[in-house]
Amino acid sequence: MNVVFYVSGAVAVIAALMVVTRASAMHALVNLIVSFLAIACVFWTMGAPFAAALQILVYAGAIMVLFVFAVMILNIGREEESMQHEGRNRLIWLVPAVLTAALLVEFVVAVSTGQGPTGRGVVGPEAVGRSLFTTYAIGVEIASVLLLAGLVAAFHYGLVPGRREGRNE
Amino acid sequence: MSNVPANHTLILAAVLFLIGTVGVLARRNLVFVLMSIEIMLSAAGLAFVAAGSKWHQPDGQVAFIFILVVAAAEVAIGLSLIFRISRYFRGVDSDELSLLGEESEI
Repeated sequence: MNVVFYVSGAVAVIAALMVVTRASAMHALVNLIVSFLAIACVFWTMGAPFAAALQILVYAGAIMVLFVFAVMILNIGREEESMQHEGRNRLIWLVPAVLTAALLVEFVVAVSTGQGPTGRGVVGPEAVGRSLFTTYAIGVEIASVLLLAGLVAAFHYGLVPGRREGRNE
Repeated sequence: MSNVPANHTLILAAVLFLIGTVGVLARRNLVFVLMSIEIMLSAAGLAFVAAGSKWHQPDGQVAFIFILVVAAAEVAIGLSLIFRISRYFRGVDSDELSLLGEESEI
């Protein structure tokens, strides 16, 4: 399991570096998804399968969908299109493919050998849910209020200015 | 069960956090800034889960769930702010946002 941890950590770091250094927003997004998947692998090796599932579902799923929509609506990829037409850089997919393949090899090896975060150190979803809704119940309420505030604020800022400008004051 | 020392996990979280910090400081595109903030939040969650798994307590994962909620709300508000900014300034370059230094009629 140590190997899985170190390989996943290296993949996460390399993918995060590529997020920061890419010129095109779409490429950075794909690398960000790889980085989040690698961090989910790290969670899994640490005996936190629930956190790993949430990392994939919420970070690599929901939040990334928002980012993809934002990049498409804002039309940031214009310079990227011209770059692709001119350069025809065929090796641009190589590094993400290698990183994702490393994650896949880890998964296949871990599943086929039966090694998993089983036994003493695993903190499963049941323990997390029990703690979340007893000890941290007030935190859950505050988080729901925060999400509601985020919803209202995003709706407010998303309104087309001019049409309802008088109500914004 | 893995016997990775907790130090290494914390070092990994610190490295990821610093990469996110560099992205926030170095990039001018606001979408990249938001992505770097996501990396930083994810690294913070990694540190929480590492601490929780070191003592075999669920509290670290609970804190991670709260960080997830904060990240979701932050992305929603941040992206809608970026939409508004791109509508006003015809771009998402953070260097364009210098209204405070000028006479503004808004």
